[in-house]
Amino acid sequence: MRNAFGEPQTMLLLGGTSDIGLAIVEALLTPAARAVVLACRDVEAGRAAGQHLQRPGLEVDVVELQAEQPLTHAALMAQVSERHGDLDVIVMAVGALADTATIAGDPAMAAMLFAANATGPVALSVAAASRLRHQGHGRLVVLSSVAGERVRASLAVYGGAKAGLDATVRALDDDLVGTGASVLVVRPGFVRTRMTAGLPDAPFATTPDAVARATVAALRQGRRVVWVPGVLRYVFTVLRHLPTPVWRRIAARA
Amino acid sequence: MALLSGWGRTPASAGDEMAVDASRPAEALSGLGDRGALARGLGRSYGDAAQNAGGRLLRLPDDVEGAVLDEAAGTLRCPAGVSLDAVMRRFVPRGWFVPVTPGTRYVTVGGAVASDIHGKNHHADGSFGHHLRRLRIMDADGRQHELTPEVDPAWWWATIGGMGLTGLVLDAEFSMIPVTTSRCVVDTERAGDLDDVIARMAEGDHRYRYSVAWIDLLATGRRLGRSVLTRGDHATVEHLPPAQRRDPLAFAPRHLASVPPGLPNVLNRASVAAFNEMWFRRAPRLRQGEVQSLSSFFHPLDAVGHWNRLYGRRGFLQYQLLVPFGEETTLRQVVEQLAESGAASFLAVLKRFGEANPGPLSFPRPGWTLTIDLPAGAPAVAALVRRLDELVLGVGGRHYLAKDAHLTPADLRSGYPRLDEWQAVRHRVDPRGVWMSDLARRLELVAPHPVPGG
Repeated sequence: MRNAFGEPQTMLLLGGTSDIGLAIVEALLTPAARAVVLACRDVEAGRAAGQHLQRPGLEVDVVELQAEQPLTHAALMAQVSERHGDLDVIVMAVGALADTATIAGDPAMAAMLFAANATGPVALSVAAASRLRHQGHGRLVVLSSVAGERVRASLAVYGGAKAGLDATVRALDDDLVGTGASVLVVRPGFVRTRMTAGLPDAPFATTPDAVARATVAALRQGRRVVWVPGVLRYVFTVLRHLPTPVWRRIAARA
Repeated sequence: MALLSGWGRTPASAGDEMAVDASRPAEALSGLGDRGALARGLGRSYGDAAQNAGGRLLRLPDDVEGAVLDEAAGTLRCPAGVSLDAVMRRFVPRGWFVPVTPGTRYVTVGGAVASDIHGKNHHADGSFGHHLRRLRIMDADGRQHELTPEVDPAWWWATIGGMGLTGLVLDAEFSMIPVTTSRCVVDTERAGDLDDVIARMAEGDHRYRYSVAWIDLLATGRRLGRSVLTRGDHATVEHLPPAQRRDPLAFAPRHLASVPPGLPNVLNRASVAAFNEMWFRRAPRLRQGEVQSLSSFFHPLDAVGHWNRLYGRRGFLQYQLLVPFGEETTLRQVVEQLAESGAASFLAVLKRFGEANPGPLSFPRPGWTLTIDLPAGAPAVAALVRRLDELVLGVGGRHYLAKDAHLTPADLRSGYPRLDEWQAVRHRVDPRGVWMSDLARRLELVAPHPVPGG
């Protein structure tokens, strides 16, 4: 249960090696926290990632996650709840990045990338929301991206998948009204992480820690959507309404 | 499902509210899922004690007509869903006052048992549990039991202060205080600092049935802990002015106003400091024998509806701690830290406790208890509270669960060393874990999870 300060006791990170996800979990760690569960494809990598979260009184548990196998998701929630009790915050940080050039017209690769950023994350979000609804409390944090806000040619599949995820989980949040559970959608711009290593910085580039700080503040304020950095909200209000030829020119340059 | 929070309006959770049919209470457990059930009275516990996320919340009927007074024995047998307000409105005019009242009348008899409430008379009369004679309780299988301190002492004392987790109390029999008027005679005195108020209470409390001090937690330096001490007893007809003698037992507390919803937190340092200064100056240096109504002496805040809204959307934390006698230095450190932080609010209260009862989770024990309101949204409050927790727990002190919304399982274990004893009873009377609350989950009162190295 969260305490009077909104501090969680238990957290589940889906995508347990995500730089942003780990930064959010770490920013939410207080003396009230007693368990963090990292759900990862690669359990060994999860153990390594969890090392720096260790502190007295906190249990860091690593479980296997098969994001692309929706049939396993409800069981995962049940298993983690059984072991650690109610889940106060679930962070959905599963995703993968590849640009249009890398996909190079390969339909199988496009489908996999779309599934990695939409199908799997949507299934996990539905499983998580269902668990929180049953509990009668809890927050689901979903990592979306500004790439889904107006999808550009160079990130067509990634951006399109994030757009689908973003829209779906916001509707999930509407469905959760009155259940004690809710969803926070996090829309970062370009974040310098392992996932984006080697790519040139986009305008308004940010860091995992900045995303984490903004997420913690948004959770405290009970917000439903948070942009990082905050100015992107206004930037995209403009970008969203640009005529297509103008948008194409800007998107090609950024 | 309804979103429910405590009086402090800190994190809410959703539960299914269900009215209990007093003649067939076992039906309230039919079709119960794995999130359990809990009685919820008037929702006046400050934290998450009366919440049960995802589970069922049972509302017992507020049937004051069902309360039976035995004038010869001086006892009342009362349905658990009845409020102390209703008890007083019905029985004060007949010459009977409740044995213990907290700072509000808006608590139920069931809640009074679950929290083992205390009041201004703790040093003289003990807590609510001291006055209980009998409980009718429903177990997790829907069977009813008549409990007394003799029938099953372990279950009895685990239930008093047991936060509703040992069964559903259906009705309670407790002794009442005979009174001849609905007034109190009150002595008021100012104390210049913390040492002064401690000394006055230690020396003089035994002369009064009721005693409490209001502390200005914004005063610093040589005025640290300056207080207004009010003590009194029930008035007799001779104390009353002639106009009140015609109807000495008249009891009809009035409602002055309500705080509207949607206010931001209006209790900032400036407004509270101004209020405290006014409150302290308004109090006489010494005034004896003032006649006050029961409601203005015991329940001044009840005249203002929804006063909890003054703290805005983020709500507030009511922090009530206890340090044993002999640890006044720690009490002083707590007061210093609060005064330095400037975070505390108006109406901080200091009370000197008397003897404890055998309840393993009953809060009061000999010592000093300090009650403070803190805005939950203020940035430094969490860190401040943790520093205070360390001080309090370090000297064998503890916190009041009816107000708690921030402790950790380890804090609870430290403050309540007889927790194992309570958990053994709980396991015996509710092995399947039917009775459940958010407080129980947060503090791992029941079904603990393994802690590494623990």
